[in-house]
Amino acid sequence: MQGNTACAEGALAAGCNFFGGYPITPSTEIAEHMARRLPKKDGVFVQMEDEIASIATVIGASWTGARAMTATSGPGFSLMMENIGYAVMTETPCVIVNIQRGGPSTGQPTMGAQGDMLQCRFGSHGDYSTIALCPSSVQEMYDLTVKAFNLADRFRVPVFVMSDEVIGHTRERITIPDHVEIVPRRPLEKGTLPFHGGDDGVPGFPEFGRGHGVHVTGLTHDERGYPEATDPHIHETLVRRLVSKVESARHDIADYEVVNPDAETVFVTYGPPTRTVKQVMHDHPDERVGHLHLRIVWPFPERLLKIFTNAKTFIVPEMNMGQIVREVERHTCLPVIRVSKLGGELHTPDELQKLLEGRP
Amino acid sequence: MKHEIRFSGFGGQGIILSAVILGRAAALYDHNYAVQTQVYGPEARGGASMSAVIISDQPILYPEVTDPGIYVIMSQQGFEKYGTDPAPGSVMLIDADLVHSRPSCPYYEIRSTSEAKNTLGRVIVANIVMLGAVVAVTGVVSREAIEKAVLDSVPRGTEELNMKALRRGFELGDKEVETR
Repeated sequence: MQGNTACAEGALAAGCNFFGGYPITPSTEIAEHMARRLPKKDGVFVQMEDEIASIATVIGASWTGARAMTATSGPGFSLMMENIGYAVMTETPCVIVNIQRGGPSTGQPTMGAQGDMLQCRFGSHGDYSTIALCPSSVQEMYDLTVKAFNLADRFRVPVFVMSDEVIGHTRERITIPDHVEIVPRRPLEKGTLPFHGGDDGVPGFPEFGRGHGVHVTGLTHDERGYPEATDPHIHETLVRRLVSKVESARHDIADYEVVNPDAETVFVTYGPPTRTVKQVMHDHPDERVGHLHLRIVWPFPERLLKIFTNAKTFIVPEMNMGQIVREVERHTCLPVIRVSKLGGELHTPDELQKLLEGRP
Repeated sequence: MKHEIRFSGFGGQGIILSAVILGRAAALYDHNYAVQTQVYGPEARGGASMSAVIISDQPILYPEVTDPGIYVIMSQQGFEKYGTDPAPGSVMLIDADLVHSRPSCPYYEIRSTSEAKNTLGRVIVANIVMLGAVVAVTGVVSREAIEKAVLDSVPRGTEELNMKALRRGFELGDKEVETR
């Protein structure tokens, strides 16, 4: 199965019943698959005039209780930024898949990249925090898409599946489980204000059509949902809650794999370079070389770096000029080597092995 | 056991589909592991197209082909891009009417495009003829597996044509091997 098909199948298994999108290489197969499959499952597929409208339909559908998603790539992702901020501010659960390609601009439509990793964290204006999952195999594309829907509903945030052309267009055999865990969003309890965060900072969800009278706005609002855009205290309380409901749960959200925790040299990867590091470690077994594989990159689980108590160096291979390496650098005093690769191709095992051996 | 196979040609020939079918035969019907990847341009037809398959009895970690042992080349441009420096020990299958150069490694000339056009009456099945020859010459997947995978992958109503093309490919491949 192709990575993009696995993403669509994972979404369907997770109960996704709404897809709004605009096709773009290299994500198009997701839209195609959803267009074929959703109507047969009483779901809705809608192709809009552009990505701005697409994400708007996803937000609207989510407020009716739908598990809603869209899929795009760089240029479409850029267009979505404004409404992603609206989804953050209105606490709208939704899943946004970005099959990353080479940028800036139209760039390399058919080649892979990890160049939007900071855009998905900081691309819309204002302070906020989001969740981003990065598959490194077709199996993970399925599994992490399921997980994305559950996290979106649990935290009431837009959740990003930040994949790329390499995994999106790779075909591998996968195992589809008979049953996937679905964690539905918590409904708003009667007598509770619709934007009252409660213990975990996540308000219950007042689904449209269930008798709640709720005002939904991108303006700064109080716990009733009414605009209150000039009161400094209300703005500060709201924005701090939006950030902390995600950030305070970051070690609980973390999804990762650790190999050789006593190692001195530690690779930190997410997405496709993970596969290169696994090949290197298989071909040249060496317990002095360790690996931290992050399946969830945002919120960044900085405490995981401390698992490697003997670490002397971290190596961060990425298919960009060095984006997540900044997070590693800012959470350790040890030397951090960035191995950035542009052009659309994945790092080869030989390139990383050379680096380990100090060969030119 | 590990095989790395690289297909190249131009957009519209079914270069990517060939690799998909071969990978499906290996992974679903021969019960091995397989990974299929591809490189193509933004053009809908005519641009350079490359696809690759790794077949192994062990899980495949690095998904890209680095040292292909088998090249399948269906255009001169594909040869120039991917066929001029074959790894030692590799073999190449070329569509002899479309590739004018000849490689430095052992090679098999399969006239899949003219065979599809003249014998089978549909040029569109050239890639399936070539796939039959690949299986006959290299044995990377079983003939039963590739037959099932072709049937899985082609549009309804074209099964007979594609089976004919595949079996013609087996014959061409067998003949090439016998005449060595």
